[in-house]
Amino acid sequence: MKPAPFAYHAPERVADAAALLNEFGDEAKVLAGGQSLVPIMALRLARFEHVVDLNRVDELRGIERTNGTVRIGAMTRQADIERDPTVAEAIPLLAKATPFIGHFQIRNRGTIGGSLAHADPAAEYPAVAVALDAEFEVTNPGGTRAVPADEFFVSTFMTALDTDDVLSAIRFPVWNGRCGFAVEEVARRFGDFALTGAVCAVELDGEDKVARSAIGMFGMGSTPLRATDAEAAMAGASVIGLDLEEVGRTAAAQTDPPDDIHASATYRRSVGAVVVARALRRAIEEAQRG
Amino acid sequence: MADSVAVTITVNGQGREAQVEPRKTLADFLREDCGLTGTHLGCEHGVCGACTVLLDGDAVRACLLFAVQADGAGVTTVEGLTPSDGALSPVQEAFREAHGLQCGFCTPGFVVSVTAFLRDQPNPTDAEIREGLSGNLCRCTGYQGIINAVRLAASAEGNLTSASTIV
Ligand SMILES: Cc1cc2nc3c(=O)[nH]c(=O)nc-3n(C[C@H](O)[C@H](O)[C@H](O)COP(=O)(O)OP(=O)(O)OC[C@H]3O[C@@H](n4cnc5c(N)ncnc54)[C@H](O)[C@@H]3O)c2cc1C
Ligand code: FES
Ligand code: FES
Repeated sequence: MKPAPFAYHAPERVADAAALLNEFGDEAKVLAGGQSLVPIMALRLARFEHVVDLNRVDELRGIERTNGTVRIGAMTRQADIERDPTVAEAIPLLAKATPFIGHFQIRNRGTIGGSLAHADPAAEYPAVAVALDAEFEVTNPGGTRAVPADEFFVSTFMTALDTDDVLSAIRFPVWNGRCGFAVEEVARRFGDFALTGAVCAVELDGEDKVARSAIGMFGMGSTPLRATDAEAAMAGASVIGLDLEEVGRTAAAQTDPPDDIHASATYRRSVGAVVVARALRRAIEEAQRG
Repeated sequence: MADSVAVTITVNGQGREAQVEPRKTLADFLREDCGLTGTHLGCEHGVCGACTVLLDGDAVRACLLFAVQADGAGVTTVEGLTPSDGALSPVQEAFREAHGLQCGFCTPGFVVSVTAFLRDQPNPTDAEIREGLSGNLCRCTGYQGIINAVRLAASAEGNLTSASTIV
């Protein structure tokens, strides 16, 4: 099917994009990589009078490391993140999650800002942002504010973004020390959205005790979730005595996953426990090597 | 109706100027305005890969891009991959040789995707080939012939490169 008619705007500055959104209110929609929005428009699930294309806004692109954080412009493409040496070195969890997004043709257009703003509960990047306590930089005509990841995701396809907000960048804190990172998911076919998945970061102290851990789960609720009970259960524990299957079950027990045509809630909870355990095992092994 | 917009797009090396409605996808622009019907439309929502073209060298879905967005850019379609004398490209040759097609509907998308894939990964493992093909759907072949075609194209291009380095 074909999208309904719209007026096209291609601003070159964030401020101009925000001004257009402010002028047209909910009749306008931001277009990033188009890999989620254009299908929605083509299927006529939504129609907009005005489309504000961010692809010519150069200031929204780029990856910058400063002190303890890496700032990624919202229009940075998934394919560029996949190849970026700074991301690979400083935010390995983001680098490892990227190849799970669709296929290379999708990642050539899809952006990190689009993945986060779209807020599909089965998507990888939102879970990484929640696990790493990323900070969202949001710009509107009034200025720029920072939104923490746990406040950004409100519900399925719903975020803290208002109609005149542009997500301008995301800041990820860098984990140093003996760290390991892993992503695990179960999907019907490679490249499909996951039925359930987990992203894990683990830092060990010199005696192989868990100094800190972060577990993000996706496909397990209406937003990406943080497995806080499981993280608490691991805190300070020696990895030798850790029952990771049990930790995985603790993580899944904290969720209320959806029942849909792809999988039942029971299936998601039992497989969700397994993917958390697998991701933790690989993250711990990587931390021990490093 | 929303006003048409003037665009200039270089398609297969040739500059094209046109007035397009903003909602017109690049795929429809190529097929209707340029008469390049090699770019096929299967699903029109990003799933099947039949519409794959190169946008400034990157393989993308032409059904998920509006023609207005390609203003100033260079687009290569399956027609642009073949030598001007009408011969087949090495990837097309390999598809024919290895029975990588039956009805042929998916083939242009595969040929464009595989051309970009082998440019970036000239010596892929079988696992990499399968991952590289995951974004294109074929309802006929069962994929085995397509995988064989990619292997064949990879080795043929390998031979070409080594031949030219010897010279
Ligand atoms: C075949 C296929 C398979 C896919 N598989 C996966 C997968 O496995 N995992 C996955 O995570 N994704 C998958 N995707 C989706 C893909 O990752 C999209 O790129 C992503 O969801 C949206 O990013 P985009 O840049 O394309 O944004 P768009 O589609 O352009 O926009 C998406 C939404 O975000 C809003 N938006 C975008 N950028 C901003 C911004 N800067 N500020 C405010 N609002 C903004 C838009 O208004 C729109 O509502 C798949 C897509 C396809 C077509
Ligand atoms: S027609 Fe574009 S992906 Fe199916
Ligand atoms: S050959 Fe018929 S769809 Fe692939």
